[in-house]
Amino acid sequence: MTARARLVLFLVAAVVFAGFFTAACAHLPPFGTPDHPYGDRAVAAALARRTANVVSAVNFDVRAFDTLGEESILFGTVLGATLLLRRAHDERHRRAEAERVMPTTRLFGTLLLPIALVVGVYVVAHGQLSPGGGFQGGVVLATALHLAYVAADYRALKKLRPLAVLDVADSLAAASYTLIGLAGLIAGSAFLENVLPLGTFNTMTSGGTVPVLNAAVGVEVACGLITLLAHFLSQAVELTDTDRRENGDG
Amino acid sequence: MNEWLVGAAVAFVVLAATVAVLTRDPTRQAVVLSVLGLGLAILFAVLQAPDVALSQLGVGTALTPLMILLTVRKVTRQPTRASRDADRHDGAEGREQG
Repeated sequence: MTARARLVLFLVAAVVFAGFFTAACAHLPPFGTPDHPYGDRAVAAALARRTANVVSAVNFDVRAFDTLGEESILFGTVLGATLLLRRAHDERHRRAEAERVMPTTRLFGTLLLPIALVVGVYVVAHGQLSPGGGFQGGVVLATALHLAYVAADYRALKKLRPLAVLDVADSLAAASYTLIGLAGLIAGSAFLENVLPLGTFNTMTSGGTVPVLNAAVGVEVACGLITLLAHFLSQAVELTDTDRRENGDG
Repeated sequence: MNEWLVGAAVAFVVLAATVAVLTRDPTRQAVVLSVLGLGLAILFAVLQAPDVALSQLGVGTALTPLMILLTVRKVTRQPTRASRDADRHDGAEGREQG
């Protein structure tokens, strides 16, 4: 396709999209008003199931099946990246070297790493109560661990990161979401139906299956992202081409 | 007050996104993307979506730029002797094809 044809195609598509988008936006409720038709319904549904965090109630109860899809996308992404970034036969393994870090950076990392890990666990554990949840807490946990790479070096990160365990935990957490869903079927209800006791509002055990699904997603996201970054890091730090090595500039 | 905050956050996001589009070097792009992620996180927080802000902060500001930087580091490599030889022998044809 020539550049001209591409431009014409883009302009036509852009005009059509702009027309429909403007028409759709004209029917939206005005910005910043106290009237929230969707919000009111979501809050009512969340309160009925005794889940304090409405977003978690939507993600893990009302639309738990959507979240299963999202979780599977992440799992598939990690799986695909693992497959593509595996060591090729013409790549050599190279030992990562110890690196010098500024003392202030080291101190900053050493202090912040445990705090960040605790914050991550807190965000996952309180997903049904306060803003955040499995995905957010998992991302915080995964990024927090890499403070070890910033504050020390790659070897310190490797010591902190049992990759085989994380791989298995990632798969188990991904599978457990479906298993919890099947528990609904076994209990004589629908797939991913909230069948556990709902508990007392605004306590750690409230919300029925919401905190359980939330924890499954938290473990899956944390382990998946650490595994994903591990493969990117090993490609950049550990693996080198054979011919580069032979030339002595690897 | 809140409208001013939303306006300022939107302006910052638009500015950062424009700079990200106009930046050609992937390494610089990663840094600009990180700043854009921070701006989006502030925008989401101002719009009362703290959980989205939290994931934006983790994914957009830390993870994605890090992955881009690691990929750039892996992909940009010094020319090897074999590829230099090839360049010398059929450099003219290679350049035309490339």
